[in-house]
Amino acid sequence: ASQCCRNRKPHEEERRVRANDREYNEKFQYASNCIMTSKYNIVTFLPVNLFEQFQEVANTYFLFLLILQLIPQISSLSWFTTIVPLALVLSITAVKDATDDYFRHKSDNQVNNRQSQVLIRGLLQNEKWMNVRVGDIIKLENKQFVAADLLLLSSSEPHGLCYIETAELDGETNMKVRQSVSVTNELADQNNLASFDGEVVCEPPNNKLDRFCGTLYWRDKKYTLTNQNMLLRGCVLRNTETCYGLVIFAGPDTKLMQNSGSTKFKRTSIDRLMNTLVLWIFGFLVCMGVILAVGNAVWEREVGSLFQSYLPWDPSVDNFLFSAFLSFWSYVIILNTVVPISLYVSVEVIRLGHSYFINWDQEMFCSQCNTAAEARTTTLNEELGQVEYIFSDKTGTLTQNIMTFNKCSINGQTYGEGPDPLDFTPFNPLADPDFCFYDDTLLESVKVGDAHTHKFFRLLSLCHTVMSEEKSEGELVYKAQSPDEGALVTAARNFGFVFRSRTPGTITTTEMGRPVTYTLLAILDFNNIRKRMSVIVRDPEGRICLYCKGADTVLLERLHPCEQELMNVTSDHLHEYAADGLRTLALAYRDLSEDEWEAWSESYCCADKATSCREDRLAAAYEHIEQDMMLLGATAIEDKLQEGVPETIAVLSLANIKIWVLTGDKQETAVNIGYSCKMLTDDMPEVFIISGNTVHSVRQELRRARERMIELSRTREGGKEEGIEGWKQLQCPPPPPSNLMDNISGEFALVINGHSLAHALEADMETEFVSTACACKAVICCRVTPLQKAQVVELIKKHKKAVTLAIGDGANDVSMIKSAHIGVGISGQEGIQAVLASDYSFSQFRFLQRLLLVHGRWSYLRMCRFLCYFFYKNFAFTMVHFWFGFFCGFSAQTVYDQYFITLYNIVYTSLPVLAMGIFDQDVPDQRSLEYPKLYEPGQLNLLFNKREFFICIAQGIYTSVVLFFVPCAVLSDATQSTGEPLADYQTFAVTTATALVIVVSVQIALDTGFWTVINHVFVWGSLGSYFSIMLALHSQTLFLIFPNQFHFVGSAQSTLLQPVVWLTIALATTICIVPVLAFRFLKVDLKPQLSDTVRYTQLVRQKKHGRLGARGGSRRSGYAFAHQEGFGELITSGKNMRLSSLALASFASRHSSGWIDTLRRKKPTHVQTPPRGSVPLEGSGCCIQQPPPALCSYGNQTE
Amino acid sequence: MGKVKGRSGPLAQRPDNSAFKQQRLPAWSPMLTANTVLPFFYLVALLCMFLGVWLLLTVQGTQELKLDYTEAGTCKGCFDMRKNASKAAEPCECRLDFEIKKAFKVIFLNEQQILTFGSTQVASSTQKKRGDVFFYYGLQNFHQNLRRYMDSRDDGQMVGRKNKLMNPSTYCIPFNTDQAGRPIAPCGAVANSIFNDSFTLHYRGQVVPLLRTGIAWYTDKNIKYRNPSNGNMTLAQVFNGTAPPPYWHKPVYQLDPLSPNNNGFINDDLIVWMREAAFPNFKKLYGVLRRAATPFTKGLPAGNYSLNVSYNFPVQYFRGRKEVVLTTLTWFGGQNHFLPVAYLVTSCLILLAAVVLTVVWFKFGKTGRKMQD
Repeated sequence: ASQCCRNRKPHEEERRVRANDREYNEKFQYASNCIMTSKYNIVTFLPVNLFEQFQEVANTYFLFLLILQLIPQISSLSWFTTIVPLALVLSITAVKDATDDYFRHKSDNQVNNRQSQVLIRGLLQNEKWMNVRVGDIIKLENKQFVAADLLLLSSSEPHGLCYIETAELDGETNMKVRQSVSVTNELADQNNLASFDGEVVCEPPNNKLDRFCGTLYWRDKKYTLTNQNMLLRGCVLRNTETCYGLVIFAGPDTKLMQNSGSTKFKRTSIDRLMNTLVLWIFGFLVCMGVILAVGNAVWEREVGSLFQSYLPWDPSVDNFLFSAFLSFWSYVIILNTVVPISLYVSVEVIRLGHSYFINWDQEMFCSQCNTAAEARTTTLNEELGQVEYIFSDKTGTLTQNIMTFNKCSINGQTYGEGPDPLDFTPFNPLADPDFCFYDDTLLESVKVGDAHTHKFFRLLSLCHTVMSEEKSEGELVYKAQSPDEGALVTAARNFGFVFRSRTPGTITTTEMGRPVTYTLLAILDFNNIRKRMSVIVRDPEGRICLYCKGADTVLLERLHPCEQELMNVTSDHLHEYAADGLRTLALAYRDLSEDEWEAWSESYCCADKATSCREDRLAAAYEHIEQDMMLLGATAIEDKLQEGVPETIAVLSLANIKIWVLTGDKQETAVNIGYSCKMLTDDMPEVFIISGNTVHSVRQELRRARERMIELSRTREGGKEEGIEGWKQLQCPPPPPSNLMDNISGEFALVINGHSLAHALEADMETEFVSTACACKAVICCRVTPLQKAQVVELIKKHKKAVTLAIGDGANDVSMIKSAHIGVGISGQEGIQAVLASDYSFSQFRFLQRLLLVHGRWSYLRMCRFLCYFFYKNFAFTMVHFWFGFFCGFSAQTVYDQYFITLYNIVYTSLPVLAMGIFDQDVPDQRSLEYPKLYEPGQLNLLFNKREFFICIAQGIYTSVVLFFVPCAVLSDATQSTGEPLADYQTFAVTTATALVIVVSVQIALDTGFWTVINHVFVWGSLGSYFSIMLALHSQTLFLIFPNQFHFVGSAQSTLLQPVVWLTIALATTICIVPVLAFRFLKVDLKPQLSDTVRYTQLVRQKKHGRLGARGGSRRSGYAFAHQEGFGELITSGKNMRLSSLALASFASRHSSGWIDTLRRKKPTHVQTPPRGSVPLEGSGCCIQQPPPALCSYGNQTE
Repeated sequence: MGKVKGRSGPLAQRPDNSAFKQQRLPAWSPMLTANTVLPFFYLVALLCMFLGVWLLLTVQGTQELKLDYTEAGTCKGCFDMRKNASKAAEPCECRLDFEIKKAFKVIFLNEQQILTFGSTQVASSTQKKRGDVFFYYGLQNFHQNLRRYMDSRDDGQMVGRKNKLMNPSTYCIPFNTDQAGRPIAPCGAVANSIFNDSFTLHYRGQVVPLLRTGIAWYTDKNIKYRNPSNGNMTLAQVFNGTAPPPYWHKPVYQLDPLSPNNNGFINDDLIVWMREAAFPNFKKLYGVLRRAATPFTKGLPAGNYSLNVSYNFPVQYFRGRKEVVLTTLTWFGGQNHFLPVAYLVTSCLILLAAVVLTVVWFKFGKTGRKMQD
């Protein structure tokens, strides 16, 4: 249904659009307003999709094999052994792509068919969005979506203003104002507009949301156009009855579409490892092929040539070398099953399953916001189990981004400490009932009419950019750019200075019940460099006043010199507030005389109209008037922490995950949040603060921090003074060797601010910064820009080769989320940009511990077990052909029936391993939260690495040797009980295949740690399906239809009736499995992993408590309650981890710098107290407190 | 994904609280503890030991005699003659004398099994009296398991498809048509290379009676190989227009002059040969001792025997050997020492491992014993 044409024009230099002139505009072939995000249509689907799929190396490889198999001289297998799995894989992927595309088509259609009113030949006509052309004039009504990027021509509101909401575009939910060029605003009605023939010349389409540059030529005059005149596609019109706009960019040229670029495709480290391994396996395959081909050459020369009377060479194969060449390819075909195509599909299926489990997890569902966790990317799950660094945004992530006006300082007097919340209703009918303040002296001061207090709140009610909506009398809703601002205006409202409404030129307030309208002369807006905003207003009496609020550092510099004393007092208050973790602003005003205003106003207009360096000139003008101000006071706003943040951070850091907070906030606030969420603690020997402004000082500070760290950790380790001395003498090359830094065990923290970070990120200081920062337990970067956030992430990725996770909620976190290995978006208040860029999203920071420690850990474990087993089973399966090669003259004869080869990977062995990959658990979820150390194997990449891979392969090869030589030795001499020899090929094939299926089934049974009903069904079902399918394939019926295809007729029946065959299979299975069992037992017994120990204690506990299992559910919820309250504090103090530390004392020895040691050193008394008495947690249902006595006694033995 | 629709209220998006979705399915999580692994090891060791001893005792009761006759006795002359390609078709008879020191006694009667397995016509009256002394011919270094060799046959032809009879599969090339262009039946390298020595065994001047039928798999004889049929035509008429494979001396419908039902594709010797061996050294069943008359009712008595061979099959081209094997059977087949020995060895190794594991667990183990104390 999409009639979009997709032919791209050559590069566009500039865009010329003439209003109401379709003919003129068509010359340029601008894109129409039809969008097409779908990739295929019905005709192109098959070829395009297949083309795409064959760009995957694996698929091409299998296609290549398929072609090889069609050559009769080579083909050792029938073509269907490859085409069946390949077709299956291709069609599954195709179906998935088709469904995705179907939904894209649907949403495209829905969007393209939206109606909009277009002015055509003076008449408003309803048109579908897709028929809107560049140059058309569109009428928009309130709450409508903007159809294309429009130049605002006129609006129903005064001054050509119109309000838009840009949530879909940049995620910000506050309203923004746009204004039309004044000349076009006068056109007003549609008749005038229909005759409007202005021409716009502007920049070509681009993706910069906040910039537009163009000129309108109309009636021989030029008008400059900026972003302020543009309505972008995706915005929603608000508070504006109607407006008219000229389409400038349409469809794919709109900024919205230009911004929806393809996201970077992330791969997990397991993926990369797997690709390397697959390459190695190909290499291995080629080696096997070469060995067998050489064997074939020798054999053909020595034996085959003599055997020619019985089996002449093919006419085309005239010598042994050519025969060897063919044999090489034949063996490549046979042995290709070491990397079966089902590997890739299975991996995807498993990941998809894990993603669903994340989506389904009730414990990651937030009932307040009614959002469940969502795995937006389904390909990264196992990497969640390997995270070493978390980069977190502060605002909205650690904190709720709910600001409350907490304290204030007015004229040197601080307010905000009181016992009870104030009740504003008797005083002020317009008060916001949700607002709380705890100091009645402030209200008294307002009531008595203290001039300073009144001025303070007047400032708050005037100096802001908040929009108000008043649905009915007194029911005010503020829409604020930032929550701070909202909090301040709300505070003013409650204290009797109610901001009611604004127009571009006025602000109407109700001051102490009396309506007042101020003339708004100018807004000197906020930006990151100025860090302040001011308004200049004229009150009804005609006095002109400038009100300014801003960051204390900036504002205090611009005060009138006579304010020194008040400034000192207020500064003290500001420090106090900052120390409490509050966000502060200073407020000031300046009375202006009419002359001053006139003079400035002129210079301002001049700067505003300037064509070059407009920004700079404006800034200079602002700077000029914001001088000699009088201090009014300061405000302090509390930034509320999210639920469970300290606990989560404590658990995550126990899991050896390093948490870095990257925030745009200032240092004090950031440090305070660091303390309140327990990232920084008073136990820390030192918190290093890097705040140098020059390269040199930053380097100096970093170096000092490192020296100090080494020194402190040396002294801690106990009197190795001479070592330090020795090192100090040796330290001619100043940067200490990195391995020294790796050994630092202390709990240090580093705070670095934006300036210093900019220097620290320079190429020559990178390594120094990384080595210093990574030795710290906590790192806080404050005042960082979004770009720096991404740079920090990239830095760690580059230097540490560690898995990084970035979590954030706002548009400023997008870059960081995109560049980290895993991006997590908090689906909170501040729009959805971060969520859209993220791989996982949920609404509470505390869910991160469950995502990582439970889902991530399980995913990693399952994926590793899956891969190990998968490689094992395919080597066991395939290498049998290799051994048989030595007996069959290297002729590429397969050991198994071709149907067995086809079905082995897709039917006989696929489901049990999938079930394991999806459902397996080593320890229950609450245990992995109790013992965060369980997370460590993932970080160290212990469960699947090259070593584990070789072990799997070795095991697979061992199995193949057994599976070949045991039946070979037994059957070559054996006979049936009726005398017929059993050494015939078909009996041998059936015996080996059956033994193989049984051995790999037993192996998966050993590997499965969590036997659910599904596992049982799949394992037994696979065995059952093997026997039933084999009997069917060897049946008389099929043979009589296709005698040449099913020539194994009767083999299954006659073979499986022989006791010798079963004895052989039993023997082979025993020989294959017993060593594995012995090794695994030894491993668990001698070098138990933490998970083994946890499992074991679980087992013992279950046995002791008998029926306790039935109450498992309620116990879990009991734990959850205990978890809510102060769990984190207990962890950080080491009290409740003591028990686990005892139980797991054996691990401490292996991780010399482990947390247990630290805890012990710190809290020696707790270790010695008897276990039960000192447990401070209430509620006996909590499992942590009741370890089996064995654990304690064992722990004590090792003490 | 995973969103639940059709509900409203603050918990509308809340995922289901099902055991499956919350990953709380009841499950069994086994663990390798000493309590399970060690007893298991001892048990398996004992089981293997028992099987090994039992099998060994059973095998001890069988007897086997192998005679390599490639160049032995008077067959040396025939061997030399077959070297010469020009004399390949000339008949050559030779003789080999040997002695059976201990009688091949019937220790295991498997009539029961033959009856149930062969149930119908095959188990005729003679069948019932057949004993368990088996006569095999063996070949060494003959590769029936080469890929192209194994492919070089047409099961469609041999199941009696008439179109295939006249138009054999291309897999049979170059043994699909003779020089005159007539289709070869049975086609292919497998059939062409059929082993065509024949034997008679003499004991004290008396021919040892051998059953030469009923030596193939039941499914082969009754399903896989069928003669093409065409009304009341005789086999010779049915096969009219086809040529025998080039190395054959007689056409397929004259393979067994004695028994008319044992000709064509259902000839037992042909069927036995067509079931390809998995390894280059193999033996195939030639016949079964017929214990109808003395002195063979209880097997082969001890004494001097002579083997008369009609020496046709040349093996010197591929450096092969030919032999004759006489053997008695047990319930699990012929004399097969590997299986019992393998079981015994495995059992010993497992026992050893079990002991080592026990010691290690007792001395150094970390999870089990100490934690329970």
